[in-house]
Amino acid sequence: MRKKMFRGKKYFIEALWEGLLKISGSVTSIIIILIVLFLFSEGMGIFKKKVVEDGYVIAVNKNNPVKDLSPEQIKNIFDVKIVSWKELGVNINEDEISLLRLDDIPNYFPEDQIAEDMSNLPQIISQILKEHPGMIAFIPEDFAKKGFSEKVLDLGNINLKEFFGGKEWFPTAQPAPQFGVIPIVMGTLWVSLGAILIALPFGIAVSIYSAELASKKVHKILKPVIELLAGIPSVVYGFFGLIVIVPLIQKVFNLDVGETGLAGSIVLAIMALPTIITIAEDALRSTPRAMKEASLALGANKWQTILKVTIPYSISGITAGVVLGIGRAIGETMAVLMVTGNAAVIPHTLLEPVRTIPATIAAELGEAPKGGAHYEALFVLGCILFIITLIINLVVEYISSKNKNKVA
Amino acid sequence: MKIKIFGFCLALFLLNLGVNAQKIKGSDSVLPLSQKQAEAYAKKGGRATVTGGGSGVGIAALIDGSTDIAQSSRKMKFGEKAKLVAKKKQIKEVVVAKDALAVVVNPSNKVSQLTRQQLEDIFTGKVTNWKQVGGSDLKIIVYSRETSSGTYEFFKEVVLKNKNYKSSVLSMPATGAIIQSIKQTKGAIGYVGLAYLNKEVKALKVSFDGKKYFAPTIETSKNGTYPIVRPLLYYYDIKKTKVVSPFINFVLSKQGQDIVRQVGYIPVK
Repeated sequence: MRKKMFRGKKYFIEALWEGLLKISGSVTSIIIILIVLFLFSEGMGIFKKKVVEDGYVIAVNKNNPVKDLSPEQIKNIFDVKIVSWKELGVNINEDEISLLRLDDIPNYFPEDQIAEDMSNLPQIISQILKEHPGMIAFIPEDFAKKGFSEKVLDLGNINLKEFFGGKEWFPTAQPAPQFGVIPIVMGTLWVSLGAILIALPFGIAVSIYSAELASKKVHKILKPVIELLAGIPSVVYGFFGLIVIVPLIQKVFNLDVGETGLAGSIVLAIMALPTIITIAEDALRSTPRAMKEASLALGANKWQTILKVTIPYSISGITAGVVLGIGRAIGETMAVLMVTGNAAVIPHTLLEPVRTIPATIAAELGEAPKGGAHYEALFVLGCILFIITLIINLVVEYISSKNKNKVA
Repeated sequence: MKIKIFGFCLALFLLNLGVNAQKIKGSDSVLPLSQKQAEAYAKKGGRATVTGGGSGVGIAALIDGSTDIAQSSRKMKFGEKAKLVAKKKQIKEVVVAKDALAVVVNPSNKVSQLTRQQLEDIFTGKVTNWKQVGGSDLKIIVYSRETSSGTYEFFKEVVLKNKNYKSSVLSMPATGAIIQSIKQTKGAIGYVGLAYLNKEVKALKVSFDGKKYFAPTIETSKNGTYPIVRPLLYYYDIKKTKVVSPFINFVLSKQGQDIVRQVGYIPVK
């Protein structure tokens, strides 16, 4: 009787454990899915935002035939890079473009005639625009409603082509912010690729040495030292990079500026190494002793055994280490922010300053107004990063599964 | 015992309700100054709680009445004034300190002065070599703060006349990083707050009229001859003048203005 009860109790505890594991597993999966959904739903809002800054409009003289301006054209007009309407293909009797911002109004109109509560501003702005046929004005929406007689341009929403094909990233530019992601995505890919190329040979070499060749004494020192690297905060790596690696690169390559993609790649490679080494080494060590001994008994030497037996057997573990290492490299923020210079230009070599996705998000999200176009643009950048990582994971999974079949 | 502790807590709580703590909210640039002021003010028996969040956040809080004083590193924008008009609120502006931005280059650079137009050309990318502005044949490397920083906006407004920086500007996450980079890059130029100036970088003399050049010092910023100066402001509702004036008077007093100098800003009195 007592025995039976004991058994029942044991069974109950086992069931409880099983249930707990099931619940925690499903809760975790659901949370991850929710986070991804949140990321995408926040990001997609940007394509419903107007091209011009929220709450403002672009207005011109009533007789101005201009219909559509791209964000890039607007930026160049207000930066005085485009100075005549002809450059935009618009024929108008006053060809030179003049600009009107709210702060400029006193230059055109006696300040003491502006009403205290600014209620007559729509009329004043209309009058200034009427007198200057070539003028373009950037004014709050409220002043372009009642009593406003000139033309307000309908410039539409931010579209996919401008976002994914744009080459300029000026998220706070007025009147039209520029959200071209190409330079930032390219920067991320360049830096990550560089980091992988540096980390991979070193990581695999060290893991093979430490798992197969090193004496016990060396291994005992090497392993904790490498694992210690993983525990150093990334801002320390960043500072180390800024003070040591950046001037070094500047000197070695005789560059004008040392903050380059290469500096970022080196710092990231150092940061990815512990992950790659630890996991790859564990995989190499898990090769059954019998397999290695069989190889040696057939007359293969140590090197042949490593190359033909140990590495193929543990290839999936090695790739797992590499994927995790790359994942860390692509998503790393602080260290990169400090050493790559963060200039949003499309890089052509690793020896130019670059701006990466994580660095952009980290530097800008804190100050971007919640729910605004800038905020949502940063979420889209997060989505892009997510997709890049996903693709890399899938590719590596595919390769390692193929290799496994070959060994078997 | 338990009851005693409970009673003590209750008393503290009631005491808190009784003393009217002034809430100050807004700009992160003014935050260190306001905090130091609040600490000194507390020693004199007053109470003020200070939080950051950015100039825009502070002014928005003032408009909807959730803070007593808004600290700001820029003048109120037109849109914000329009909101005030809509809410029929009247607001007073007090300049409590000033902050100057120094344009800095590598100490080895021969150039020691630039006009505003030259600065604009350099930061917008029209001028790319130091020999175009009287220096040696060296590429100009432009360093700036991140786009989200108030310093970035201020420099853009005053020096670049609202034009955008060129896209190849290197943006750094902090003023310290700018100084470090300029120190180790020969052709570098950038801008930092006056308080951060040190011997590792060289501050340029700047002229806005093309005739007289002024070096950034506390004196030239104070008497208004150095042009790249921004006011640090407190805004409050006129109806609350009685509540906030003890604190604001303290900030404007000699002791308060000494604190301004200690924090690295320019006193107004």
